[in-house]
Amino acid sequence: MNKNKLFRNLFIILVYIFLFLPIIILILYSFNDSKMNIIFTHFTLRWYQELIHNQELLNAFSNTLIIAITSTAISTVIGTISAVGLFKYKFPGKNLINGLIYIPIVIPEIVLGISLLSVYTLSKLELGIGTILLSHIAFSIPYVITSVRSTLNPMTSQIEEAAYDLGASKLKTFWYVTLPMIFPGVVSGAALAFTLSLDDVVISYFTAGPGSNTLPLKIYSMIKTGITPDVNALSSIILLITIVVLTVATIYQTKTIQKREMAK
Amino acid sequence: MLEVKNLKKSFGDKKVLKGIDLTINRGDIIGIIGPSGCGKSTFLRCLNLLEKPDSGEVILEGDNLVDNKDLERIRRKIGMVFQQFNLFENMTVLDNITLAPTLLKVMKKGKAEKEADKLLDKVDLKDKKNNYPEELSGGQKQRVAIARSLMMKPEIMLFDEPTSALDPEMIGEVTNLMRQLAKEGMTMVIVSHEINFIKNFCTRVVFMSDGVIQEEGTSEDIFMNPKNSKLKNFLSKINNI
Repeated sequence: MNKNKLFRNLFIILVYIFLFLPIIILILYSFNDSKMNIIFTHFTLRWYQELIHNQELLNAFSNTLIIAITSTAISTVIGTISAVGLFKYKFPGKNLINGLIYIPIVIPEIVLGISLLSVYTLSKLELGIGTILLSHIAFSIPYVITSVRSTLNPMTSQIEEAAYDLGASKLKTFWYVTLPMIFPGVVSGAALAFTLSLDDVVISYFTAGPGSNTLPLKIYSMIKTGITPDVNALSSIILLITIVVLTVATIYQTKTIQKREMAK
Repeated sequence: MLEVKNLKKSFGDKKVLKGIDLTINRGDIIGIIGPSGCGKSTFLRCLNLLEKPDSGEVILEGDNLVDNKDLERIRRKIGMVFQQFNLFENMTVLDNITLAPTLLKVMKKGKAEKEADKLLDKVDLKDKKNNYPEELSGGQKQRVAIARSLMMKPEIMLFDEPTSALDPEMIGEVTNLMRQLAKEGMTMVIVSHEINFIKNFCTRVVFMSDGVIQEEGTSEDIFMNPKNSKLKNFLSKINNI
């Protein structure tokens, strides 16, 4: 019995080490005085200070944020409306469209990248932030649709009928009744779109133009000459932001559940 | 008050309603019975245009609802209670009830809440006003749904199998509330499988089969002296249970 318990705990510890060791090392080396990511010499905040002055890296970071936020907003709106439309209405070719939605999800990113590039070249679009943004919107929409669709069910339409019967217009029903019902799907779709856009390398690589570097592309190009500790510092900051966002979301969720419990 | 003229409705090739005529007077309590799939629910849903008829007229106090641009306003006069309650799950009982009148600017929020309090008292759910629908029993949910409809001060109430999704012990609390509404003079149209309830409660009973009204009359006419052969057949099957 005790031996079992020991193995179990050991296993858990190993899994956690496997998952978190790389992250811990990354954070640790962001405070390392040595430029080499091999030996830890002294504690320093130098890399964080340098980061503030590394204009190129900061530009790439702001590009990434602008693209991620904009593409998330646009793809969430388009994806949500599409999911609701595909769920509610019957039209010729609906099954075909439903099936085609999954294609951008399943085809290799490299193929999608090349095909998007060919479209932009054919239509003589200048490669830059605009084309990266378009590409991110394009590959995010199917994820939002899939996520929103999972929250739609026959009950959704029935509850909408109650709203219609009470005299609500289609728009009011969508805004006050349907949207709150499917909101969890919309939020997780948006979160998915945001993360996908934030760390996309392959598709951005094909559709970026001169002067339109994103953070993942910048980091990727930096690896060729060796990772500098300021990249570690930047990654740690991104990690911190993620943890803060996650914590806030969890607290909000717990509070909502508690509020409901109180109502009982 | 509500007049239905030659109402027809098909789903694809299937003709569900093949020309229905019915006149509903103020204070009528009309029960619609018939075998499953005979178009009872479709007919009821055509009365407030949740289902758009292919042809025919639905006239409520002089206004034809079919192709009416003012449908949303007219619909407020028709309350509907559904089999699956159809409450807004993400809102409290109070919000469920006050949403429509405040959003459609029928009442200010304060007045709507006062009115909701009165109605919740009437349906005996005052202590549940801050609860969410998922915390209520089926019978309680249906009473909230009825209160929600009543908030819009409807002229007529449609009940689409209001007790079918309820546990047997909860049916009474909903039918009692319906009886109370009847006493207050509410006009009602009820589709239900609770034959005994229809028999004892309704002032008029309509028997539908194959997309048409086969027979119509008082509860006594229909249940004691049925004339139509399909109705006789239907009643004998029920009595065999």
